[in-house]
Amino acid sequence: MAKKNKEAEEVTFTPSGTGIRNNGRIERSTELPSPTRKKHKSLGLSEDDLVDMFELMYLQRRFEERAMQMYQKGKFGGFLHLYMGQEAISTGTVYALNDDDDIITAYRDHGWGLVRGVSPKEGMAELYGKKTGCSKGKGGSMHFAKTENHFWGGYGIVGGHVPLGGGIAFANKYKQNDRVTACFLGDGAVDQGSLHETLNMSQNWGLPCIYAIENNGYAMGTAVHRHSVGELHERAKGYGMKSAVINGMDVFTVYEKMKEIAKDVRENSNPWLVEIRTYRYRGHSMSDPMKYRTKEELQEYEKLDPVERIKKYLLDEEIIGEDKVEEIENSVEDTVMEAIDFAEESDFPDEEALYEDMFVEDDYPFHT
Amino acid sequence: MAELQFREAIRAAIDEEMSQDENIFVMGEEVAEYDGAYKVTEGLLDKYGSKRMIDTPISELGFAGIGVGAAMNGLRPVVEFMTFNFAVLAADQIINHASKAKYMTGGQVDIPIVFRGPNASAGQLSATHSVSYDSMYAHFPGLKVIYTSEPADAKGLLKSAIRDDNPVLFMESEQMYGLKGEVPDEDDFTIPIGKAKVKWEGSDVTVIAHGKMYHVATQAAKQLAKDGVEVEIIDPRTVKPLDMETIVKSIKKTNRCVIVDEAHPFGGFASEVGYLIQREAFDYMDAPVQRVTLPDTNAPFAKNLFDKWLPSAQQVIDAVNTVTYRK
Repeated sequence: MAKKNKEAEEVTFTPSGTGIRNNGRIERSTELPSPTRKKHKSLGLSEDDLVDMFELMYLQRRFEERAMQMYQKGKFGGFLHLYMGQEAISTGTVYALNDDDDIITAYRDHGWGLVRGVSPKEGMAELYGKKTGCSKGKGGSMHFAKTENHFWGGYGIVGGHVPLGGGIAFANKYKQNDRVTACFLGDGAVDQGSLHETLNMSQNWGLPCIYAIENNGYAMGTAVHRHSVGELHERAKGYGMKSAVINGMDVFTVYEKMKEIAKDVRENSNPWLVEIRTYRYRGHSMSDPMKYRTKEELQEYEKLDPVERIKKYLLDEEIIGEDKVEEIENSVEDTVMEAIDFAEESDFPDEEALYEDMFVEDDYPFHT
Repeated sequence: MAELQFREAIRAAIDEEMSQDENIFVMGEEVAEYDGAYKVTEGLLDKYGSKRMIDTPISELGFAGIGVGAAMNGLRPVVEFMTFNFAVLAADQIINHASKAKYMTGGQVDIPIVFRGPNASAGQLSATHSVSYDSMYAHFPGLKVIYTSEPADAKGLLKSAIRDDNPVLFMESEQMYGLKGEVPDEDDFTIPIGKAKVKWEGSDVTVIAHGKMYHVATQAAKQLAKDGVEVEIIDPRTVKPLDMETIVKSIKKTNRCVIVDEAHPFGGFASEVGYLIQREAFDYMDAPVQRVTLPDTNAPFAKNLFDKWLPSAQQVIDAVNTVTYRK
């Protein structure tokens, strides 16, 4: 047999293109599992719940659309990572969990804050870096938090908050308080060692935690199959951990599955690794030209828009009519515009705030 | 007073605090079934059970972070690193999360956690097991850093560290675990964080030394005393927040200063204290501050090279002779 001429072969490392199975061809970055076929009643959701869910999803969408405009106008600085397209996940999850269950996430956290009690005013003021923000203007876009509502915050180091989620769950198990922790991470964080270490300990110790990957197809600009081998949810197998893959464009599906999973976690005190497939409509952050994906792919997902989907359901099932939809949308728009006014009119933090919240005591002798 | 080994003093601090607060637990590699890699936590598994004495896998990043999360959610973890040399793998959790989560959430979380374990070198272990990390962590706002030299300080300060509602790094030394010292028997003996102690009184020169280097300084001081040089030794005990008041008071008396530091020379404790002395006590100095540190090289294995690498009493004596113009 003739020896292969190795020198003539081109060496490559990261696979090119979007889908690893079709190297180089433009493919959808993730394959969406089927949504649930169940209607709201069999899921245990009332008509009022649905209307509230729609309002909450539309709030997240409009909040970010307006925030994006304000950012582009130069009203505030920093990074702005938008959640648009992924709202079914935050919304379905908070309806599936108890109010005192714990949620922690990464830096794409605006939606999570809004569904867990960060008011639009507090959220917008935080983006503006004002003292009235949910984190007193000290955290900005990446660090929304509302711990009194068991939302432990957004965290800016990819994968860094995953052990924190495990630790929150550890404390809940220690205190035997039956709370479930849901730790959300992006598909990019799947490749961090912190996840491996945390999953191993979580399974070994039976931590009541759902590690939920919001797979939006891209780790910044690197398509999921270019950065990770295999299917993300299948990594659970290595830990003997329960897992699921969920359609994240449909709020009913997220609600249904997360409710089942949370019930299992609460009853059996064991962790889950869940992959929720979704899509982010905007770039990684505001400075992203999005050259790594096609317009066609984006348009295809926009056809599956989760906010439009629940709106259509409300109309098709005649739960509310067009005029009520319009009323909700107008009211949300007013809320968001009021939030912008509030943020603009709020004061920046006082200069003393620079030294506040560093330590518990207020007489710490800072080094100079 | 009872004479305790360093490891016994640390164990007593942990034990006493655990017996008073259900929310305190110990987590780390080999802390439970093995009774501690250096027997610091010996017997605590039998006393407190596997809920509160938790053996971890070799996952410093993961268990440090689980500790931080547990602290955010109401517990008081004491996280043991087998050495701070291994804690480099956990640096993201200490530097990016423990020290910052309170600030960036506008004060919504407290992180009452202690990270403890041996620091710096422990004989011929070559490069990766020999680094002193107290100065590095002291660089970051939001952390308190303690590196004690004697059993009594260790016990009193560790108890304070466990009670502190902020993240505290508490450093020890493999080579000091067997060191014996008098420890007060009094109930609830604690030492406040951030207070230095004048451990040797003298009027000729101030030597500042903490952790293992305190003992190098005392060896030098004993030698120098034979030559009639009265050394004042200050053990800062807490690296951050640093008690400069005690240091400056001493320098105003002696007008000369040598800093002995187990870290490398660039940007370490010695350089920081040296800067502060020139700022706070410039007019009182009769000689430039000298420092004795590790060289700007990694730790070698070979015995002769290692001995040359580690700060010695002779180097301290030489530095004292320099600042007192005795050579």
